[in-house]
Amino acid sequence: MLFTSYEFIGFLLVLFTSYYLIPKKHQWKLLLAFSYLFYFIAGPVYLLYIAATTATIFFFARKIDNFTLRQKEYDKKFYKTIIKSKKWRLLFLALLINLGILAVSKYTNFAIANANSLLRAVGSESQFGLRNIIVPLGISFYTFQALSYLFDVYRGTISAERNFFRFALFVSFFPQLIQGPISRFGDLKKTLFSGHSFDSKQISSGLQRILWGFFKKLVIADRIAAGVSEIIREPDLYGGAYVFVGMLFFALELYADFTGGIDITIGVAEVLGIKVAENFRRPYFSKSIKEFWKRWHISMGAWFTDYVFYPVTVSKPMLRLSKWSRRNLGQALGKRVPIYLSSFIVWFLTGLWHGASWNFIVWGLANWTVIMVSQELEPLYNRFHKSFPALKGKLSFKFFQILRTFTLMCFIRSFNCYRDVPITFKMWGTMVTERNVRILWDGSLLGLGLSLADFIILGFGVLLIVWVSLKQRKGPVREYLSTKPYWVKFVLWYGLFLMVLIFGAYGVGYDASQFIYNQF
Amino acid sequence: MKNDTRVTYTRLIATILIIVSTLFLLTRLMMPKYDIGVTEGALVAEYYDEIKDHDLIFIGDCEVYDNFSPAVLWQDYGINSYIRGSAQQLAWQSYYLLEDTLYHEKPAVVIFNVLSLMYNEPQREAYNRMSLEGMRWTPAKVRAISSSMMGSEHFLDYVFPLLRYHSRWKELDVTDFTRIFTRDKVSHNGFFINVGVRPAINVPEGRILGNYDFGEKAMAYLDKMTALCRENGIELILVKAPSLYPYWYDEWEEQVKAYAQAHDLKYLNFLALIEETGLDFMTDTYNAGLHLNLSGAEKITHYLGEFLLNNTSLADRRGEASLRAEWEKKLAAYDQEVERKRGEEE
Repeated sequence: MLFTSYEFIGFLLVLFTSYYLIPKKHQWKLLLAFSYLFYFIAGPVYLLYIAATTATIFFFARKIDNFTLRQKEYDKKFYKTIIKSKKWRLLFLALLINLGILAVSKYTNFAIANANSLLRAVGSESQFGLRNIIVPLGISFYTFQALSYLFDVYRGTISAERNFFRFALFVSFFPQLIQGPISRFGDLKKTLFSGHSFDSKQISSGLQRILWGFFKKLVIADRIAAGVSEIIREPDLYGGAYVFVGMLFFALELYADFTGGIDITIGVAEVLGIKVAENFRRPYFSKSIKEFWKRWHISMGAWFTDYVFYPVTVSKPMLRLSKWSRRNLGQALGKRVPIYLSSFIVWFLTGLWHGASWNFIVWGLANWTVIMVSQELEPLYNRFHKSFPALKGKLSFKFFQILRTFTLMCFIRSFNCYRDVPITFKMWGTMVTERNVRILWDGSLLGLGLSLADFIILGFGVLLIVWVSLKQRKGPVREYLSTKPYWVKFVLWYGLFLMVLIFGAYGVGYDASQFIYNQF
Repeated sequence: MKNDTRVTYTRLIATILIIVSTLFLLTRLMMPKYDIGVTEGALVAEYYDEIKDHDLIFIGDCEVYDNFSPAVLWQDYGINSYIRGSAQQLAWQSYYLLEDTLYHEKPAVVIFNVLSLMYNEPQREAYNRMSLEGMRWTPAKVRAISSSMMGSEHFLDYVFPLLRYHSRWKELDVTDFTRIFTRDKVSHNGFFINVGVRPAINVPEGRILGNYDFGEKAMAYLDKMTALCRENGIELILVKAPSLYPYWYDEWEEQVKAYAQAHDLKYLNFLALIEETGLDFMTDTYNAGLHLNLSGAEKITHYLGEFLLNNTSLADRRGEASLRAEWEKKLAAYDQEVERKRGEEE
């Protein structure tokens, strides 16, 4: 059930109505029922997967937590040697089961394809056949969300939930089930399980957020998607400046698609009185790739930082490596080696998490490379800024940094667009070899499945997004608008609704585009 | 306090009025203006402008609205008839249009053109739209939509056509704005006048089919139509208009004949009556044998008129003053339209 389908709107209407009609103490149970219904509609078999993840993590987290709770009863030494090791074994088992499910369902065919390539490379004629494996909707998201709970319980940051069904709701909460954000139990439980009274202001604010999400998804993302797919489908036809156009289009599509989906998620949760963390903070205004990743898909970045980067950095082998590198490479470089290596692992896994393909892995490692190179060049930047101190505060320089980051991001992202990595490099090459800049103004862009009218709508949409983003720096735009007179608010919100209704790419004649992040 | 409440209610009512009226206007604006475009889409809706006192209703696809002239049936035989046909109208759509008709009137005779029995599945969304959009909202329309939708269609798109036609914003022109509330009549009691001539030369033979049996769904709706007519004391007559294409197979003919015999229905296959009707496919068709032109339609309507007066309960009603007055206006419009179209052809 797509977020932008009539069925989903109907589903929400029934849920919202019944949610505020039943006693508050039962609201979370209704949410659980609707979340499982949502997942059941997506695919009845998927329920087995999510139920397995829920049950195993709940079970192991409780076991681990029981040890933590009885910590005082144990002798300190006994706890450190025996109990900690028991806790670790339980954690390992839970990880093995759940990452195993994720790996088998999502990465088996990738592994087979790689094994086949390897066999071909060594001259073997035998090949493994690809398997027909179900990949449950949103498995990467709900597995990571459930694992964050397991890690937090293991670390003692939170206590294990004693009610299985409450935990089941945390894992399956439908608005964020298929594209995040990856919430933490400690944050979400504050509002997820408590009763909520009907609050017209909050509901109207949630609905406005949903509408804004619909605008981004239907008017912008699904409109420009035609142009993106045309350019990447025929790389032989669309080289040179088209590659640049494709990168720009994809940047816009991905932003409108993903942030639009998250707007719908947060808006739905808000209508239900539940606070879901923001996943974006105006990412295209970032001045470096490192900053970009703190502002784009924030919950995923934080997940990898908290549960991969830090544990790997302080792990025993890494500490040993740190010692060795300081001794052999000097203090300055030796200190950075383990961090860079941990970072490498994080970006490799980030790429792999996004998709079972080398495109994503190379994309992840390209991000790592840019971040590491920037870090290495930092002394140089600092010297430069010392020589030109006035430059740093200048708007034009900030604009340059934003543009530079955006362009870099576009280049890195093109790994996710084209069929494979060599084609991506080849297309970058055509940007130098093919002299066809004129396509930017000679009308050729109208041959990409987008008419002039589409470009006008897209232009307006981009301006609106930029305006909203600039306004957001001073605080939430909805709050700002809520201070305006009734008829001003009505014209603005009803105008936005009509824009979605008229200019939205939905219905017969349009392909119902899945949200891009649903596929992860 | 009281004042505040009044302001709130006034604002609420004003808001609702603005929303409803803008959505209504936008829907009217975005909907295709069939009467000046694909005119076949305007046919079904025109029925509701009629005085519902017809003795005979034709139902079927293009083979009825192009091939039979109610004006001739009235002028020469005193039969008051109407054609409820639209482009590629499927058997189940014909059935529900008949149900819809019965909400308004009970004719003595219904003529169903059997070509649509060849389709057991909906063919194209555009044809569905042309057949269903003009229907007024009744349970019959709901069932007609439900039974006709293609995989890509959604019921809500029929309830709120703006959801379907919103994408027309790119192709709006001046006429869309000037004709929000007006539409011209395009048919004459459901008959669509064509005066052009394009002889039928080299009509292709029918290709060999894997299975010549009519589909279950189509036949089930023919059964329902037969039962509905019987329940309402209406005589159902099956016809096959003399269109040379789509090819009418002998196997299909046999099935219709057998059905008519089994259910005691009259059946006229005009393809077998070329000599009797005097049809000449060099002069009587406007698109090489697919449909008849005015001359061809008038020829077979004459044959049908004679047949109906001699073989059914239908009687000459030209003696009824009010009906005659009504028809005089219609005949004048009919003649005027024929003249106009002939002028255009020349």
